Order: sequence, then structure tokens, then C-alpha cells
Amino acid sequence: MSLFEKFLSIQQAREEILQNGINPFHLTIEKINSPTEGVINGRSTILVGTNNYLGLTFHPDCIQAGQEALAQEGTGTTGSRMANGSFSSHNDLERAIAGFYGMPHAIVFSTGYQANLGVLSALAGPGDTILMDGDSHASIYDGCRLGGAEVLRFKHNDVADLDKKLRRLGERSQRTLIIVEGIYSMLGDRAPLKEIVAIKQQYEATLVVDEAHSLGVLGKRGRGLAEEAEVEEGVDCIVGTFSKSLGSTGGFGVSVHPEFEFIRYTSRPYIFTASPCPSVVASTKVALRLVRETPQLRQQLWENAQKLYDGLEQIGYTLGAEVGPVIAAMIPSKEQALGMWQGLLEQGVYVNLMIPPATPNGESLLRCSVSAAHTPQQLETIIQSFSNVHSSFKEQSGSYQSSKM
Amino acid sequence: MTTYADILPKLLETLQPYAKKIGHLKETTDLVSELGLDSLQVMQVLLKIEDQFDISIPLNNLPNIRTVKDLGQEIEMLLKA
Repeated sequence: MSLFEKFLSIQQAREEILQNGINPFHLTIEKINSPTEGVINGRSTILVGTNNYLGLTFHPDCIQAGQEALAQEGTGTTGSRMANGSFSSHNDLERAIAGFYGMPHAIVFSTGYQANLGVLSALAGPGDTILMDGDSHASIYDGCRLGGAEVLRFKHNDVADLDKKLRRLGERSQRTLIIVEGIYSMLGDRAPLKEIVAIKQQYEATLVVDEAHSLGVLGKRGRGLAEEAEVEEGVDCIVGTFSKSLGSTGGFGVSVHPEFEFIRYTSRPYIFTASPCPSVVASTKVALRLVRETPQLRQQLWENAQKLYDGLEQIGYTLGAEVGPVIAAMIPSKEQALGMWQGLLEQGVYVNLMIPPATPNGESLLRCSVSAAHTPQQLETIIQSFSNVHSSFKEQSGSYQSSKM
Repeated sequence: MTTYADILPKLLETLQPYAKKIGHLKETTDLVSELGLDSLQVMQVLLKIEDQFDISIPLNNLPNIRTVKDLGQEIEMLLKA
């Protein structure tokens, strides 16, 4: 058997999906016109699956900063910060993100994925334990594995299960890292952070919160769930990404612990990769300023989220969580989800199709990520299109029901 | 001390509901290829077993657990630790 034969099952699964004409996992946006509109299959399409929560990808200040950095500092850094040196702009961005969180220490990584790999693998190694939420993002799973710590999983958002697992660890709980997410990307639900912080303190463990989907979205200043839940002081480290609300790319870790700085010397995903390119760093810094100075963006995002949530709920969809920037409609079967996803695309609406095994509890989801940049008219079109595919599936099958009905 | 011999009957009882397709469970039954458990079912059954024996099974050890016997031995080892 050759190495390539293991791809046969993937090939078969892909061919099954391709019978419907489009591969939802290899979609091309032929032209991108704005944070919320692109051209797909030659058709102008509203984008509702981009995680572009504040719609900053086309903000003139971010573009200008990127263009200036491109002209002044070049297209790339061509090396890692440890071997080839940091640019002043890397240090500036670290000061900016540390200042934003009110924490003294910050490290910037080239992607959000690498931020989790870099921070988690450096903090918890052989002899240590990691307790991760069962619905964690793949970057958390991979980061846990990379460090060589013993990895345990607790039931998603189940504080009692977390408590039980910490109790079983005995004294080892003091060398345990708990990792949870502010907003979980699939269903849009949030960690019960207040309770988790209390348990973490009880067992003297270390708590890392991944605010990838909650930065710029939750909290009075947009810092995320820890700010909103008023438990920032109980969190040891926050990791996140620049690639969602901030509209660029890259990741970060911030912490109150002075030892956090030494991650730079031990973290392979920090050391052995090219540092973020100057234009990205410059755009990110401006986006961070906009998050701080423009709370109206956050307000608009929440108004839009409420509108879309209400609209989908009225149609009869069962939604994955409370109102938020991630709104996931739960569909009874993979086949229906695929058909409805395609129906939406044909009407010029692009959402994310999420099917098992990538989803929690084996759910099939039509996942929307709302943006502050969606216009009232776009939101109406999105809701109308969801209504159309709902009716059409009801007619076809006669038995369409949302999964929890 | 709880030995493998004590663990096995309890483990077989817990796993039996997942073995409807093949009927009879043996020590050599492969949890994935024979029982056909998907990743979600594996997680559910592991959580059940963890509570049953009051242990936590590290994810790091899962690649080495293929059969009922492997799982029983893992539980024995964790109870000893």
C-alpha cells in the first residue's frame, strides 16, 4: 500500500459532495469587493462567513498604514525574529496589544494558529497537565500535543466536569493549564468564565483564554469575554488572533506574568518561522486603535447580530447559541445542510457549511458570521434567502425540521 | 487493589450498548474498526468510563488503545497511579 492510498476515502467523500456541482470546502471568491461582498461563480454574493466581525479589511486607515509600511519597510522580513532580528514595528505592535489589554507582556506570532501552538507548547511541557475544553479549536489541540504535557479533556462548558478532573489530579493541579475559548467558533457559545476562574483559583491552576472570536466583540473596550465577565485579573494569559475583528493576520499572547517573556526563547512556533510582514503589522496596529476608539463598530455589530438572529429564529431555524456574531443554524442532516448551503449560494449568499466531524455533537450547521459592515438591505436579503431555502426543503422533503424541534 | 480481572466485566457491560452491530464483545474486539465508533462516540464512551472508574484518561494515550483489552489495561494502570 502506498502512502497515497490513505487519501482514497477523502477522494470518495469529495466526489460524493461534488455530485451537487460545487465543492463547499474549496470555494473560490473570484473578486472581493468589500468586507461583505464578493463574486463567486460569476455572481455578486453577500459574504456571511468571513469572521470579519468589524468589517475592517477595507478600512481606509488600515489600507493606508499597510501601503506606507510596504513602501518603507518592504514586502517581507525574510526571517525569524530570533535569528534575523525584530523590526521596530514588531515591538511597537507588541506594546500596542499589551497596552490594549492592560497587561505588561505581549508576544506577537505570525498567525493565530501559531499563537496557540507557541504559547500552549511553551507553558505546559512534560510533567505538566493541560485540561482543555472538549470543543476546542484544532490549534489548541495541536498546541497541547506539541508541548508534550499530559492532555485531558473536560466536557464542553461543563464546570462540574472540570472540577472533577482537577480534583482527580490532586497536587498536580498546581502544574495544570486550563484552556478555554471566549466564543466557540462553531456554535457561537461562550465559556462560563466566571465559574471557571473560581475553580482555577481554588485549585491554583493556570488559566489561558483564547479570545480569537471575542476580541473586538465582547467587553466594554472590546477586550473579549474576560473583560465582559469582569474576571480579567483571574486570567493568567490571553491568546488571540488578528485575523478576525482586526481584519489582518497574525496572533498574540499577553500575560501579567514576567516569565511570559521567556516564551520567546523556548517556543518553536515563534522561533522557527518568518516574522509577520510589515504591512500586516501596520494594518493591525491601526485596526487595534480603531477597536479602541470606535465603540460604534461594536454596537453596529451587535445590532446586526440581533437582527439576523431574530430573522432566522422567526423562520423556524434552531440556532446554536445566544445572540452573538456567530449564528449557527442547526440542520438535521448533512445532506440537507449541503443542499441548503448550495441554495443560499445560488441566491447570492455565502455562509459556512460545517459538517461532522468538524462540528460539536455531530451537528450539521449553516454558520453565519455577522459583520458590522453588513447593511440593513444585505441583512434582509440574507434572511429572505434563508427563508427561501427553508421553504423549499420543507416542500421537497415534507419533513424538514430543525434539529431540535 | 483493582486488577484487570476486576475491571474487564464492568468494562464489557459499559461497552455492550455500543456493540449492537456485532453482538458479542470480546477482549480482542477493536473499538473503532469492529464497533464502528466515530470520534464523538469514542469521546462519549470514554467520559462514561472515566466517571465509572473515577479516572481521567489522557488524550496522549488514546493512540495506543485499540481493543477492549488495551482499554482495560489503561484503566488498571491509571487506577494504580
